[in-house]
Amino acid sequence: MIPRYQTILFIVLLAASVAMGVILWHLRERAHQRLLYGQDSAPTQAPEVAPAEQATLLVANDQDNSLLAQDQSLPLPQDPGSRARVILGKLLDLYAAPDATHPVPGGANAIAQVFLLPVPNPSQKTDSPSHAPASAHPPPGERNATNPAASAPGSQARIQEPTGPELAVVNLTGSFVANHPSGLETENLTIQSICATLHANLPRVTQVRFLVDGEPRATLAGHADLTRDYLAADAVPRP
Amino acid sequence: MRSTNPEHGKRPQVWALAALVAAAGSIFAAAQAPPSANPAPAPPAPTAPQPAPAPPAPHFVVVLDAAHGGNDPGARLSGQPEKTFTLALSVRLRSLLAARGIQVVTTRESDSTIDVDRRAELANHANAQACISLHASESGSGVHLFASSLAPTPPQRFSAWKTAQAAWVTRSLALAGVVNSALLHAGLSVTLGRTALAAIDSMTCPAVAIEVAPERATSGAVTAGLDDQGYQARVAEALAAALLEWKSEARQP
Repeated sequence: MIPRYQTILFIVLLAASVAMGVILWHLRERAHQRLLYGQDSAPTQAPEVAPAEQATLLVANDQDNSLLAQDQSLPLPQDPGSRARVILGKLLDLYAAPDATHPVPGGANAIAQVFLLPVPNPSQKTDSPSHAPASAHPPPGERNATNPAASAPGSQARIQEPTGPELAVVNLTGSFVANHPSGLETENLTIQSICATLHANLPRVTQVRFLVDGEPRATLAGHADLTRDYLAADAVPRP
Repeated sequence: MRSTNPEHGKRPQVWALAALVAAAGSIFAAAQAPPSANPAPAPPAPTAPQPAPAPPAPHFVVVLDAAHGGNDPGARLSGQPEKTFTLALSVRLRSLLAARGIQVVTTRESDSTIDVDRRAELANHANAQACISLHASESGSGVHLFASSLAPTPPQRFSAWKTAQAAWVTRSLALAGVVNSALLHAGLSVTLGRTALAAIDSMTCPAVAIEVAPERATSGAVTAGLDDQGYQARVAEALAAALLEWKSEARQP
């Protein structure tokens, strides 16, 4: 025989459990609705349509191991890094086309990011050798950009917008590198065309460094050395 | 009768001391005197025969580096990986050069994995007069001939490993010119270039990288594929002729 007080206690506890379950369900629904309201996908800012500008692409040709200048009209953003990414994306779109003279799959998505950095002072030793002589005396603008402490007061604007030579760090995607055809000539042409195109459109870019998925890689596809900094001006074909 | 003279006990010790002093003196004299001046006390037999200080023999050594191998197949060619093609070309070229009296050092003789740095080490230890890195590709046409894109620098006693080729770039470009002439003379199409290739950038010898691609007509159609034995033989013969020419140029004062 169950005592009366135990029966009452059991009923009270059962009712409390059911009530707490209902409250929890209600709170869950409210939280879910709040989450949905927070993910407002409506555009809050109108997209900027950049004006079309002329860009020079140095297009590689496997048949004669050459780079051919080709002018393209592209909507280019003002930010130099984004600008470089759009231009290189167009270059790689040409290589991904069926009738490409330098067929490489991947297209514009192969360029993850392009960062522009001031070229380090040549007096400071670096681990990655460049494939050409470096300038022994950098322009004054570079020193201001790399050594803010030595700059005169009020030169913050020059630090934010460096006028000296710049190093472009091109971050390629792993899928692009994995699908790049292997070969000395084809890998060399891809690197040379990227370097020459960057220098043709952003003349301050004097050196180019490559990363793959944000990390250094030994070679592009088994041949061309990616551990070095390339001199962009050397890649531009001479008339 | 028992002797009580203390000199009797000390005499053997004096003689032993005198003998030791004499032996030490002769050893010291032998060490001080030049071997040619005092050949009588023969020095201890050396572990290895000392080479005579004669001028180095005018030997001509070529290093053949069949690229890739083992775990690194290289490019995917039609029918075979790049490592197989380069090894076959290396063996064929080695035979042709040996028949012409040229000493050849190869970086690999089988399908084995060899590090890029190890290849450069082998080439640098060989003290070669020409280093050829052999490659193959399906892209492009004819033979692609590359020298290092490092900027030339004057020879230095010590150079950085990654840019050791910089002191040899001028000679490498001269070698590329000789190879280019021989390939053109053999009727092959050649494209010249400069490249950053770790294998040759660390070599301290005149070094070029040669990439063999299918021979194509102007329309792009393949006229001689990489599996064409006749095409391979033409390339190997042209390279052997080029190295023979390079040898004759190297011997000229």
